[in-house]
Amino acid sequence: MSKGTLIVGGSQAGLQVAVSLRQLGDTSPIVLVGEEEHPPYQRPPLSKEFLAGEAELDSLAFRTPDFYAESGIDLVCGERVCEVSRSPSGPPGSGVATTTSGRELPFDRLALTVGAGARRLPVPGADLGGICYLRAYNDAADLRTRLATATNVVVVGGGFIGLEVASAARALGRSVTVVEAAERLMARSVGPVVSEFYRQAHARRGVDVRLSSAVSGFRGERGRVTGVELSDGTSLPADLVLIGVGVLPRTELPEQLGLVCDQGIVVDAHARTSDPSIVAAGDCTVQPHPITGEGRVRIESVQNAVAQAKVAAATLLGRLGNVISVPWFWSYQGDLRLQIAGLATGHDSQVVRGDPDDEQFSVLYYRDDRLLAIDAVNRPADYMAVRKALGQRATIPPDLAGDPALPLKSLVNAAGTVNGIGEPLVRDKRFWSNGHTIAT
Amino acid sequence: MGTLSKVIYIDSAGREYAVDATVGDTVMATAVKHGVPGIVAECGGNCSCATCHVWVSAEFAPVVGPPNDMEEDLLDMGVSERRSTSRLSCQIRVTEALDGLTVEIPPEQP
Ligand SMILES: Cc1cc2nc3c(=O)[nH]c(=O)nc-3n(C[C@H](O)[C@H](O)[C@H](O)COP(=O)(O)OP(=O)(O)OC[C@H]3O[C@@H](n4cnc5c(N)ncnc54)[C@H](O)[C@@H]3O)c2cc1C
Ligand code: FES
Repeated sequence: MSKGTLIVGGSQAGLQVAVSLRQLGDTSPIVLVGEEEHPPYQRPPLSKEFLAGEAELDSLAFRTPDFYAESGIDLVCGERVCEVSRSPSGPPGSGVATTTSGRELPFDRLALTVGAGARRLPVPGADLGGICYLRAYNDAADLRTRLATATNVVVVGGGFIGLEVASAARALGRSVTVVEAAERLMARSVGPVVSEFYRQAHARRGVDVRLSSAVSGFRGERGRVTGVELSDGTSLPADLVLIGVGVLPRTELPEQLGLVCDQGIVVDAHARTSDPSIVAAGDCTVQPHPITGEGRVRIESVQNAVAQAKVAAATLLGRLGNVISVPWFWSYQGDLRLQIAGLATGHDSQVVRGDPDDEQFSVLYYRDDRLLAIDAVNRPADYMAVRKALGQRATIPPDLAGDPALPLKSLVNAAGTVNGIGEPLVRDKRFWSNGHTIAT
Repeated sequence: MGTLSKVIYIDSAGREYAVDATVGDTVMATAVKHGVPGIVAECGGNCSCATCHVWVSAEFAPVVGPPNDMEEDLLDMGVSERRSTSRLSCQIRVTEALDGLTVEIPPEQP
């Protein structure tokens, strides 16, 4: 009898692998095992609606409890897989996983969707009470409780999560300071025009944004944080600190299995790891650029987790397709709705559409006059037009894109330059080789 | 458990899924949680993906009302077959007045 598929990591990517296997007609057993005690739930609202009190754990759940049984997905929650071994005698790719409680989970096929964990800040005082991270539901529940009574909130890291938390804290009337080591906000993900806009917009909303500022340590009394020390000698009062300085992909299991890892599990366009019988998807992977097929990128987003998981499921069933998926992302910071399509890495020019002072504008990124990406602030129509254009491998002429009176959709030029596989956007590998990342 | 209201989803093959929805949940969340196929909802209701598109039945269209501005922009560009009754189901909240709401799921989500 088939031992079926074992999916390690019960979140966005893992659940999608399971659902896609069923949708593709796979009837063999599926075990979805996750370390968290909660059935799979959405993470994005944790820093948005959940902190605002507009969502609760049961509204974040991806599926009703009945769904799993009805779909023949054996969901195992609250168990961490600590060891995986391959069986030399069984079919290729088969083996057995062991959880920390000693449970053995045999499999014929293995999918790794272990995600990423919050990167820790290794400075003195970092383990004081009141210093929080935000990756999982339990983190968010703790943060929300503390926010309810906090006075001075310091957010370390001006990426998406840091800024979303800053917005939520500000909306609750807290005093909020954002400390960012780089020269600009969200530097890994958006262009300088957008970074500067967000600095000003958050300042207008009463957030104290400090750029080029490194945290050297935390002060505390009786085990609780009371302040944040910056390397220029500044000391900020704080009774709540949220650290959002990026994530580290979890690579313990893949390393144990001898899979090639480089800031993530290295996979190909079919989600195959260096052992082609094992697939991996989501935040734990680095992959070829999803549009050009070039180089290696790490993309931390729901869209990517879902798209890669679908590919991984098809691969497990021996169906290797050629899918191009346009990366897209959103970050809602209060009333500032940022939507991103494409990857801007390697751009050599940009077009600003609309006036940032109106809090409604877009920046389109180009390389050799070919459209690469857009950052749209409160301009969903622009975002959608670019997303669509990229999916059709079309472009939007840069000389016209800057006129906000012309709808971008009317400018999408399918007969224009092709940007897709076979005609690489970037021949210089240097642009991709460091693992570009689009989320914090 | 809040009050329940029935929502009926009809997929492109004509199959019907009648689901007990909790008042206050969105039509999207109700479908996804019950595993109604065809409502993908990648962005989880943040009006960013347009993969929760439905056609509201003519009978309920006036009660449900027209799309909001942001939704309008996504519908305009993002869906495969825009109709006058097109809505993003993440932007429709189930109310008692919508008991029996029937929506059709298009064959394709972007
Ligand atoms: C606060 C927050 C806000 C976000 N906002 C957005 C947003 O607005 N838009 C967007 O596109 N993306 C956003 N993201 C990113 C998005 O949530 C991730 O890209 C997505 O969750 C990745 O899914 P995943 O399944 O690859 O990994 P994860 O969600 O990290 O899940 C991996 C799971 O595997 C489990 N696991 C790991 N190792 C083991 C093991 N050995 N045994 C068993 N289980 C294991 C973990 O406990 C975890 O539950 C946000 C993330 C956070 C934290
Ligand atoms: S769920 Fe994404 S737009 Fe409705």
